[in-house]
Amino acid sequence: MKNVLHTIQQNKRLQAIVVGLYIVVTFFSLYLAQKSVVAFLLLLSSLLLLYFTTFSNRVKWLIGGVVMVVLLPLAASQGEAYQSYMEVATLVGIYIAMALGLNIVVGMAGLLDLGFVAFFALGAYTYGIFATGQANNFMPFGHYPLSGESFWVFIFIGCFVAALFGILLGVPVLRVKGDYLAIVTLGFGEIIRIIFNNLDKPVNITNGAMGLASVQPPRLFGIDFMYPNQFYYIVLVILITVIFAVRRLEFSKIGRAWKAVRENEIAAQAMGIHLVKTKLMAFAVGASFSGMMGVVFAAKQTFVDPTSFTLLESITILVMVILGGMGSVPGVILGAALVTILNLQVLTELTNWLNQLSLNGVINVPDALSPAKMQRFIFGVILILFALYRPQGLLPAKNPVFDEKDLKDADKLINAGVQKEATQHVHLDS
Amino acid sequence: MINEVLHTLPQVLIDGLTLGAVYAIVALGYTMVYGILELINFAHGEIFMTGAFVGTAILLTFAGFGWLASMPALVALVLVLVVTSVVTGLLGMGIERVAYRPLRNAPKLITLITAIGVSFLLQDIVRFIAELKNGNYILTGPSLFSGQIGIKASSISSIFNDASVKSSFFIVLIVAVIMMVTLDFFVNKTKWGMAMRAVAQDRETAALMSVNVNKVIALTFFIGSALGGATGVLFAIQYGTIDPYIGFILGLKAFTAAVLGGIGNIRGAMFGGILIGIMEMFAAANLPVISHGVLGAEYKDVFAFAILIIVLIFKPEGLFGKVSIEKV
Repeated sequence: MKNVLHTIQQNKRLQAIVVGLYIVVTFFSLYLAQKSVVAFLLLLSSLLLLYFTTFSNRVKWLIGGVVMVVLLPLAASQGEAYQSYMEVATLVGIYIAMALGLNIVVGMAGLLDLGFVAFFALGAYTYGIFATGQANNFMPFGHYPLSGESFWVFIFIGCFVAALFGILLGVPVLRVKGDYLAIVTLGFGEIIRIIFNNLDKPVNITNGAMGLASVQPPRLFGIDFMYPNQFYYIVLVILITVIFAVRRLEFSKIGRAWKAVRENEIAAQAMGIHLVKTKLMAFAVGASFSGMMGVVFAAKQTFVDPTSFTLLESITILVMVILGGMGSVPGVILGAALVTILNLQVLTELTNWLNQLSLNGVINVPDALSPAKMQRFIFGVILILFALYRPQGLLPAKNPVFDEKDLKDADKLINAGVQKEATQHVHLDS
Repeated sequence: MINEVLHTLPQVLIDGLTLGAVYAIVALGYTMVYGILELINFAHGEIFMTGAFVGTAILLTFAGFGWLASMPALVALVLVLVVTSVVTGLLGMGIERVAYRPLRNAPKLITLITAIGVSFLLQDIVRFIAELKNGNYILTGPSLFSGQIGIKASSISSIFNDASVKSSFFIVLIVAVIMMVTLDFFVNKTKWGMAMRAVAQDRETAALMSVNVNKVIALTFFIGSALGGATGVLFAIQYGTIDPYIGFILGLKAFTAAVLGGIGNIRGAMFGGILIGIMEMFAAANLPVISHGVLGAEYKDVFAFAILIIVLIFKPEGLFGKVSIEKV
């Protein structure tokens, strides 16, 4: 087995055949067997297979793009389950973006944030309030609800509002040490939820526990975006932007500063890294992804209420990061996809199946044991097992490796250039 | 407005004292574990909750056999308290052994994450068992002490309204005081208590002085968890209805109390707990009055968290804590 894997790893043509065959087979199995959730998941996991190939990044992105943009929607579109598949894919995208945001805070900067869903809520409410008649209650000017065209602007506004609150929370909080931070952010998450839950008096801003209903759908060139297959493309575009941004940030100066702060604050400070600024940046960037997706979430659900933003959600996102691997972008994407699919598809399917079995009298599973209720149990087990036995996650973060010899050669070249210049200067001087 | 606040003051003080006693003992568990391991034991709130469930389950079993009617309520209470505290104490020790000990030298972040995992696991296991046995995870126990006693506060001064007290209030308060005094004696006056303080101060040096560090840490977890579990029983007796999710928020507030009193400081935690309890009850009763109805009583949780954040920012060492300087 090991040998086979090794030869495949050596041979690019073989890889191309395997990946191509896999995509074609899963594509047609989903195309023909519309009800098969397994086929849908297998087609999605072709992206994971693609990740393990040794193609250049550009080729990987290209194939991945074709699968995501064309093949997946096309294969799923042949039956009644189309919208539900797209719904799952959209939610997976939303959660991946949030998990990537939390990954910056927890994975790269090493700040445990247990109230992350608060930023998601901020984004969702920002759009929810202005895209329903709710804003009429307190805004002195303007006419609400705003039309669906404003959605595109609100993506940026939601991003900005969340980042602003990230900084506002960060300024006082970052003076406390690591483990206190977890508690304070947890408290912050609860505070935001309680405030949204009760901000219907004296001025009705959030409509309290009733929530905001019938949020305006986004509109572009006169087309209303109402269905999951349309939101799928919005989420895809934002997600690719987010992934691109995260990859660039990770290897930029600020990304290296985050990692330095994570490893040792005092040493990082001694190296001239401004602690507060670096941490605030992590908070703001992480929060902004979440806020952006909050806007999309509000538009997709067309309904916002405080129950979507509980502590369980924050922990769910944390589980995604831990499962995938703290600090590792591909890992977190995998983790987010796995947890979301587990939550939305596997658990509900299992529950239905067990119910069916109980109805037929094959086995009798008590209602208390139904898998849909076991979320906390499963998350708890994942957190403990991964912390104990695999703290680096499924796909561990890789630091760029430099070849010592190459560096020395490059160094020599530069030095030679400098010497040459120096001699030229000497000539000029004389 | 001040008159209105004063009217309700006796009742607020009594309710606050009850809640504060609960916070104080739960805070002890946090503060002891933090003092010795520098770890926020998120699972402590859940141990409290488990204690409430174990206690209620025992009481319900007694009632089922008809023993509850035939024995004095005090005997039943002592029995339940002892059994529950042993069960939760062992649970706490088990959690430490399985989830925290292997990670003692790991980065703090990882240990915190395990603690959250343990907390979620306990919530769901208790939910599962309660739902399986009872059909519903919200449980109402038999009331042991249900007498009402009126306190004629108006006879002291006419600005006060009369307050009413459930007789379980006295039980809660007395048991809480006994537990706190015993713990204080244990930590400050006995050999094991000295070992505990030594380990909290410096684990390596304590080990060199032939203190068995693992044993001391296990003992700390046992005592903290036993106290937490016993408090759970008191909570169930005082408030009647319990569900598997009471532990998390209550634990958070108890942690606030521990921070307020200076984390690692046992007497500080007691004081902080009482203070937080009274302040929370005060806020619940008077926020609508003071703010003219703008802020409802629902904001009492926000109030507690706001205290936590303010304390952490302006006085992170707490009211009675020592300032710690981080050395390289």
